[in-house]
Amino acid sequence: MGLLSKKDVKLITDPLADNNPITIQVLGICSALAITAELKASLVMGIAVLFVMGVGNVVISLIRNIIPSKIRIIVQLIVVASLVIIVDQVLKAFAYELSKTLSVFVGLIITNCIIMGRFEAFALGNGPWRAFLDGIGNAFGYAVILLAVGFFRELLGSGTLFGVPVLGDPIEKTGLYATGYENNGFMLMPPMALIIVGLIIWVQRSRNKALIED
Amino acid sequence: MSRNTDSNQYTILFAIGMVVIVGSLLAFTASSLKPNIAENERMEKQQNILYAMGVNENGPTDIVFVGTDKVAAEFSKYISKQLIINPDGTAEESARAFKINVKKEQAKAKNGGTRALPLFIGEREGQSYYIIPIRGKGLWDAIWGYVALDEDMVVQGAFFDHAAETPGLGANIKQRYFMDDFIGEKLLSSTGDFKGITVAKGNNDPKNLIKDDYEVDALAGATITGDGVSAMIKTDLKLYLPYFKNLKNQLN
Repeated sequence: MGLLSKKDVKLITDPLADNNPITIQVLGICSALAITAELKASLVMGIAVLFVMGVGNVVISLIRNIIPSKIRIIVQLIVVASLVIIVDQVLKAFAYELSKTLSVFVGLIITNCIIMGRFEAFALGNGPWRAFLDGIGNAFGYAVILLAVGFFRELLGSGTLFGVPVLGDPIEKTGLYATGYENNGFMLMPPMALIIVGLIIWVQRSRNKALIED
Repeated sequence: MSRNTDSNQYTILFAIGMVVIVGSLLAFTASSLKPNIAENERMEKQQNILYAMGVNENGPTDIVFVGTDKVAAEFSKYISKQLIINPDGTAEESARAFKINVKKEQAKAKNGGTRALPLFIGEREGQSYYIIPIRGKGLWDAIWGYVALDEDMVVQGAFFDHAAETPGLGANIKQRYFMDDFIGEKLLSSTGDFKGITVAKGNNDPKNLIKDDYEVDALAGATITGDGVSAMIKTDLKLYLPYFKNLKNQLN
């Protein structure tokens, strides 16, 4: 491990479980509720955040010593916003189909508190390489929860995974639906995402008592 | 760092410098990519219009447009006329119709002006398709679409799109199973009054077999987007009623 020291590895692995941005730091909840009704959207959002967090954390870390502290939040916001807009424009010009899929997420990324949260908590006080690792680590942790929530909501709400029907056809009453099973439309509503995130937090904390606060 | 990054002077200078750098960077990106983006948008519009009249490469459940390499040729092959409709129902042929921006025209109408109404006539396998662009509001942002009608204002095909509806919920107006529900639905009552099509919850017709109920089945969790679709169909398509009445008279 010449490239990654033990501490560096921890930067990536910690956010996956014991310091997960959603379940432990409670960052990025809004988008976790909004777009996890299907797995595909969860995946796209996860990848988009991975990119923005990785690059954004490095940029903020590079200019951390010259940012006036009074306006640092505004500076962070501008860095995220311009980064996202530039990527969006480039995609519109050269990969139009992809940009159509992603355009919905642009606003969600700019206002995603996970990004600002990591800029503020980590990138402002650490060097670019470590900030980069922290960025992708947290983005992975975020994506893992999004995918888990998306999996249950899409399976129980629509009976599909990545848009592919896995439980049969609800209208023709084939597969599982032949037994009288119905899709739970409530799973498609944002409150169910909150309940699933709550269940994940419950399981996580009951397995690792150290996470429980007094 | 010995520099005092807390002073007011430094803060203001930093802010100004940042605005200049970021602003010019964004302006440069936007203006240098503009021709490519405009070209992509033109092709998309042509693909959407062709899609509504059934010229596409769809599989059983997916949505596949005519390829970007041949969309311009296919467009001139299938679209025989581009019209601008006057409020009294008369029409004039104009190549400008394609460039009409429905959003701007709606704003014009709101401020008391007259709205230019574009209409594209497509011919395929001996049938005429009257394709109309519509635009409205979803939950978060704009939604729009292209609806292909026949002479009796019965829907022959529909394509919807959106700027920022929630993925998995409102964004599903872009799915085949929603758009295809509109095919065969009528806009006019038997006496010729404009009724529109409502995206309705609980219309007890999930397979959408009943074609004269002026309703299609709604999407779960997307009430406001669905209402937006109903509204834009009602308001925008109604404006074309005089044209279709004239057309009917001419055909009879």
